[in-house]
Amino acid sequence: MSVPGSWYLALSAVLFAMGALGVLVRRNVLIMFMCVELMLNAANLAFVTFARMLDDIGGEVLVFFVLVVAAAEVVVGLGIVVAIYRRRRSVVADDLRAMRG
Amino acid sequence: MSVAVRAAVALAVTTGRLRLPHIDYLSILPVMVMVGGGVVILVWSSLLRRPLDVAWVSSLTVLTATAALVLSLFQWDSVLTSGAHTHIDGAVVMDGASVLIGVLVSSAVLLTAMVGDSFLKREGVEGPELHVLLLVSGAGAMIMGSANDLIVIFLGLEILSIALYVLAAFDARRAKSGEAGLKYFVLGGFSSAIFVYGIALVYGATGTTNLPEIAAYLARNVLLHDGLLLAGLGLLLVGFGFKVALVPFHLWTPDVYEGSPTPVTGFMAAVAKAGGFIAFLRVFASSFHLLAPDWRPPIWVLACVTLLLGAVVALWQQDVKRMLAYSSINHAGFVLLGLQAATSRGVSAALYYLFVYSVMVIGTFAVVTVVGGRGDRRHGLEAYRGLAARQPLLAGALTVLLLAQAGVPFTTGFVAKLEVIRAAASAGSTDLAVVAMGSAAIAAFFYLRVVLLCYQPARPVEGTSAPEAPQALGGPTLALADLGAEPSSSLPGSVALAAPVPEGLGAGQAGTLAAVAVAEAEAPTVAAGGAEDETDPLPAGAVTTIVLSVLFTVLFGIWVEPVASFAAHATLLVRP
Repeated sequence: MSVPGSWYLALSAVLFAMGALGVLVRRNVLIMFMCVELMLNAANLAFVTFARMLDDIGGEVLVFFVLVVAAAEVVVGLGIVVAIYRRRRSVVADDLRAMRG
Repeated sequence: MSVAVRAAVALAVTTGRLRLPHIDYLSILPVMVMVGGGVVILVWSSLLRRPLDVAWVSSLTVLTATAALVLSLFQWDSVLTSGAHTHIDGAVVMDGASVLIGVLVSSAVLLTAMVGDSFLKREGVEGPELHVLLLVSGAGAMIMGSANDLIVIFLGLEILSIALYVLAAFDARRAKSGEAGLKYFVLGGFSSAIFVYGIALVYGATGTTNLPEIAAYLARNVLLHDGLLLAGLGLLLVGFGFKVALVPFHLWTPDVYEGSPTPVTGFMAAVAKAGGFIAFLRVFASSFHLLAPDWRPPIWVLACVTLLLGAVVALWQQDVKRMLAYSSINHAGFVLLGLQAATSRGVSAALYYLFVYSVMVIGTFAVVTVVGGRGDRRHGLEAYRGLAARQPLLAGALTVLLLAQAGVPFTTGFVAKLEVIRAAASAGSTDLAVVAMGSAAIAAFFYLRVVLLCYQPARPVEGTSAPEAPQALGGPTLALADLGAEPSSSLPGSVALAAPVPEGLGAGQAGTLAAVAVAEAEAPTVAAGGAEDETDPLPAGAVTTIVLSVLFTVLFGIWVEPVASFAAHATLLVRP
């Protein structure tokens, strides 16, 4: 039994929406990072599904690019979080109020 | 890309060897030089026992950026003689626009490296990190500018952004800096994820991520169900909107600009915007040109809101860096005018705008860096009151640069605004051109406010002629009269004059003269106030940057031809 490609696309859209909603709603910076990762992986799932549907290996290659970039991004992001945590002992976005907005 | 990759993989499977694409190194040499220079500086400094001297780091960075600049000029020669080409299996393109972005980025790195030198010396920070990150992030912007494939644009975007996140959080001693880095990171990551999803949808709809192949696909096929493609295009628009700070997606800009170390803010305003916009132009104006009827209306709305909100909100900012952040949003609206036109003329007008804006804005932030003083904290508008009396040259440079940003004639800013407005008008968006002119008029207010503040006398320190003070500071007209009658550099001289003049005009002469006299009567307090501020000697690196950017802005504002023809030849590979 094979699952139709459109189901994978729907799953990827749901994951993407969950991630986007999480970034906008959650206040803990670490959770916000995880939501960004979820969005990137939703894109990866879409790439793989499209590659399968189009019978084109290009889309699968693109996933590697996205994975590498996501890893680099997390390294830098966690570095910044650690730097801020040392100073304030908190990583909740609402505590970051030195500036307006 | 996809076809080539498939062929390569098929070949690898059958013969066990990978077919490597032919690489024409000239097309990526500036990028390689920038990254290579950064790596050399990093390795060298880690081999030493003590931190590498800042002067060495800055000179090496300047050298690297100059080398990249020269290589970009070689590329320009190649483009002029043999035309635009794609390289490395169509992943990278070398055309007029990519050369322009190479020149822009390498000059931006060059100028910022000198400001960074002064900044690090003043703050007593050692180590090569700032300059290395500038080089790497510049390389990312260059990759974005020469990308010919959506995924390469994404790679360039991330190389640019990840280095900028660190740069924004660079100043470990100010809490605001770390906060700026975190905010930029979260919203930057969010926008990148949206961008990647947009790429995925476009790939699903067209079967490729290569920009010319997308254009060819759209030309070949009439899409009956183009929902997927349009959704992808919309997500790409949102991703770009975040990066170049268009209005509904601009919320990070004021905080990040305020919190980042000032030289970095200038670099961010110049390079992140230029890198984002060049890719924006490449994707929308050339690849998706056939869908222009679909994307022009939303971009019309975005441009309108960006122009107006950027100009209006800047009016009541009390922090100069926040004000310049909103001003940069307003400038993004102007560049968008060129994109919205969706013509070759619009593209070259937008590129010209980006080029001259980047020089102006780096110069402006260099002045802000110097005025900010040790600790990088004095960025309130009040810090600028009486600047002309304390540091006349600095105030003069700031005046020129802000007037150029406002679009005053005989500066590059004027030519840039004129060109995008003409491009918009010739493409039938006359209403948008009118909005742009209105927003330029509003924007002129807040630039002039800072300029006038520079030429106002400092606040009386204590017990000096209290009833006269409100009169002298009474309004812009008085200040203007003061500005017109009294060149900044002669203010110290006017101190000597000030004592006799009020009596001489006490009988009530012409209003303007009286105003000047009253203002001059305040001059002794200027001197007193100036003496209290410890006036640091002007740092050499920042001053070089300021002088270069002022010269560029005025010289090419009067002698328009060279830069304008450079931009006019900077066409995209697939012309709109």
